[in-house]
Amino acid sequence: MIEIKKLHKSYPIGKDSLHVLKGIDLHIKEGEFVSIMGSSGSGKSTLLNIVGLLDEHDEGEYYLNGKLIKNLNEKKAAILRNKFLGFVFQSFNLISYKTALENVALPLYYKGVPRKERLKIAMEYLDKVELKDWANHLPNELSGGQKQRVAIARALVTKPKVVLADEPTGALDSTTTDNVMDLLRDINDEGMTVFVITHEEEVAAQTKRIVRLKDGIIISDNLTSKSKAV
Amino acid sequence: MKFLFDSDTWQEIYGSIRKNKTRTAITIIGVLWGIFLLVVLLGAARGIENNFNKIFGSFATNSVFVWTQSTDTPFKGFQKGRRFSLTLRDVEILKSEFSKEIRLLAPRNRTNNLIIKDFKSGNYQVSGDYPVLDKIQKKDLMYGRFLNDNDILSYAKVCVISEDMYKDLFDKGEEPIGQYLKINSINYKLIGVYKRSNGISFDGNAAYIPFTTFQKVYNRGDKIDWMMITANEGVDIEQMEADVLLTLKNLHKVHPDDKRAFGSVNLGVEIGKVTGFLTGMQFLTWFVGIATLIAGVFAIGNILLITVKERTKEIGIRRALGATPISIRRQIVLESVFLTTVAGMLGIVFGALVLFGIDSMVGSGDDAIMINPTVNIPIILIAFLTLTVLGSLIGLIPAYMATIVKPIEALREE
Repeated sequence: MIEIKKLHKSYPIGKDSLHVLKGIDLHIKEGEFVSIMGSSGSGKSTLLNIVGLLDEHDEGEYYLNGKLIKNLNEKKAAILRNKFLGFVFQSFNLISYKTALENVALPLYYKGVPRKERLKIAMEYLDKVELKDWANHLPNELSGGQKQRVAIARALVTKPKVVLADEPTGALDSTTTDNVMDLLRDINDEGMTVFVITHEEEVAAQTKRIVRLKDGIIISDNLTSKSKAV
Repeated sequence: MKFLFDSDTWQEIYGSIRKNKTRTAITIIGVLWGIFLLVVLLGAARGIENNFNKIFGSFATNSVFVWTQSTDTPFKGFQKGRRFSLTLRDVEILKSEFSKEIRLLAPRNRTNNLIIKDFKSGNYQVSGDYPVLDKIQKKDLMYGRFLNDNDILSYAKVCVISEDMYKDLFDKGEEPIGQYLKINSINYKLIGVYKRSNGISFDGNAAYIPFTTFQKVYNRGDKIDWMMITANEGVDIEQMEADVLLTLKNLHKVHPDDKRAFGSVNLGVEIGKVTGFLTGMQFLTWFVGIATLIAGVFAIGNILLITVKERTKEIGIRRALGATPISIRRQIVLESVFLTTVAGMLGIVFGALVLFGIDSMVGSGDDAIMINPTVNIPIILIAFLTLTVLGSLIGLIPAYMATIVKPIEALREE
């Protein structure tokens, strides 16, 4: 599903440049539940942004769904994001003046789904994250855990190939963290590829494969006990 | 263009406008004020122009009036200070010599006389005229008719008086036509009463009697006091005036450079001064109106730029969810156009209401300042179109700014 070969990325800082990713090789197959671990500055967010087509890599090759990603313009990137990727962010990134239902329906709007159908599908996904009763509430009327569940519903609504979660539990307490991770696991159990970035061991432990990054290099790549259980 | 008719597009615009009502309202006021000024000023200018037109309306505006004074230069053996009169012979010569230029020529005589009706009387101007006067200076008749050719040929003792004279000399509601008025001990049959002109008038309260009758009664021979000349369409009126005066100087043995011998007023030139002022006023109106409009549109562009900055993160989220740059830009341009057109429509409506108010307050009656203050629909359409074009052009700037940032940087924004 995701295949990365010798990926390099550096950011210019003044005259110098900061080499963030120093040759990453990573292969994630369909249906995997992977977490990327690393301290801040390890390059894990950069990796996710490149995988999520929000940023471009400098060197190396990146295949998404078997397609080589190279010289994408913004329009093509936007279409690919809409089609293949679902995002879950640490700070939820819900649109504040839209209701939970409208937020979930937004990716479908950009996909060109008619309004009625869009809202019907969005409602199904809200039901899936058990927030059907909150459909017409604005984000600031929801708790953190609820917001993240809305965000997950939004990530799923286009039936993407991969769900990319950037510190999905970073802003949540431990109970809601468990809820959100359970939800992600349920999604994975249904066959969705899930790609989580975290620096919390407990969160990573709930995934099936842990990739550890340090200073832009993968230092370990292990399957967890969860994967053996399947 | 399909997106224009998509309810979702408008839903999105409504959402982002609703989010910031105050900002939207203040933004709208800028453009609203611009088009409001344009409409009101243009309407007011039109109203004043209409008023001027009314003042000059009863006159053929390409007219020249000529009379004699006294010479200021000795010439061909004559002393300076000589007095002389225009004659009917002059009239005939001018008519034949300037047959192409002159459309109408009215020789006129006038005097002042006591006019008596039964036990009422008053001192009024009495004017000997040809029917052609009615074509140069339109008489609006309340009763009866104006002089006609038959009156001239038959030396008829008939007269036409003004509304004011009728009020002075007659009892209220009394039938004037067919009554007799005594002017200079001679009885004249009243054949018409004309309304007082709201515009300029060179006669005031005059009683008109046939020119030929005047000649005989006042023993004028073929001398005339003055004449009114109306030029044909397209004739250079100032040139014609100069030519006519030169011909007359020649006929009366007056030095060609004599400045005082003939008096003349060129109505065309006088009106030209006023219309020049009106044109200037209209230009100013356009200038002020359009400048204000542009300022208003810039304000919208500016506020959208701020909005885009405020919404950087939201735009980043939308892009992560699959919004293409063009869909983002389209949205912002459409928002700009929507705001400008709504503001424009409101401005036009308010402007029209104010014009309506002006019209009902000072727009009617004899002393109206502005008559029918209106703005042409094509002008409104042009202004509206300009507004829409400016709105979309100015919207391009924030739209460009919105997508110049990479989605990843937009998302990082707090």
